[in-house]
Amino acid sequence: MNLNIEVNDQGLTQSVKLAGEIDAYTAPKLKEALLPLVKKANVTVIVDLEHVNYMDSTGLGVFISALKAAKEYESELKLVSLQDRVHRLFEITGLENIINIDSTVRGGK
Amino acid sequence: MESFDFIEMKVPAKAEYVGVVRLSTSGIANRMGFSFEEIEDLKVAISEAMSNATTHAYEAKEGGEVTIGFGLYEDRLEVMVADRGESFDLKQIKSEIGPYKNTQSVENLREGGFGLFLIEALMDKVEIKNDYGVIVLMTKYLHENEVDINDDQISTAP
Repeated sequence: MNLNIEVNDQGLTQSVKLAGEIDAYTAPKLKEALLPLVKKANVTVIVDLEHVNYMDSTGLGVFISALKAAKEYESELKLVSLQDRVHRLFEITGLENIINIDSTVRGGK
Repeated sequence: MESFDFIEMKVPAKAEYVGVVRLSTSGIANRMGFSFEEIEDLKVAISEAMSNATTHAYEAKEGGEVTIGFGLYEDRLEVMVADRGESFDLKQIKSEIGPYKNTQSVENLREGGFGLFLIEALMDKVEIKNDYGVIVLMTKYLHENEVDINDDQISTAP
């Protein structure tokens, strides 16, 4: 019931690996880590959700804030390797058309 | 009256207990024979109700409690999530929820307000009482005898 956040700084590309659960308890921690990364011009932030096995609307909220900040600072936010269950939430809410999600690789089993 | 087992939990209205209730939900639903997909739906829906109860209702004061009741019936699971915090304007909230349209610009995206929408999308029946505190009553039916529940049916539920 926790979330592990690992940031790999590669200059203009920042990769963020998440592992665990994104819910009301862990979402504030994610927001705190993610927002400063997208608030830099020309940066691409790639969030790897392969090992996120649970997410709810609190997680959607964090990614929406990050997307807004990205537009404002002219950076780019990209979500990759979502597990089916997590991807489904973006689908149901219509956010998959708004947030840049790479669905070619699916996380989990 | 049909017989059922009832399980009640009372947890502090704090975000760290949302996961505890989620795990309990998973255990109960598994015991009842729900499928993996259905259990995941239940976990999200109950977590959303819990998050609402912890973040909205107790914003002002510390030390509140959330009561969760599980009614285990032959054909369905009923989950009640109740807090005694302040009520909200349900009509207004309902008017603000729903999936995004492609045409909406990023600047206008809401960061919250998906909770209730997801509960309604993932459960079979949802009732909300808003007289004294907020009570969310959610029902999910066991579909063990049905042949096929396709994705469309679930994702297009209002």
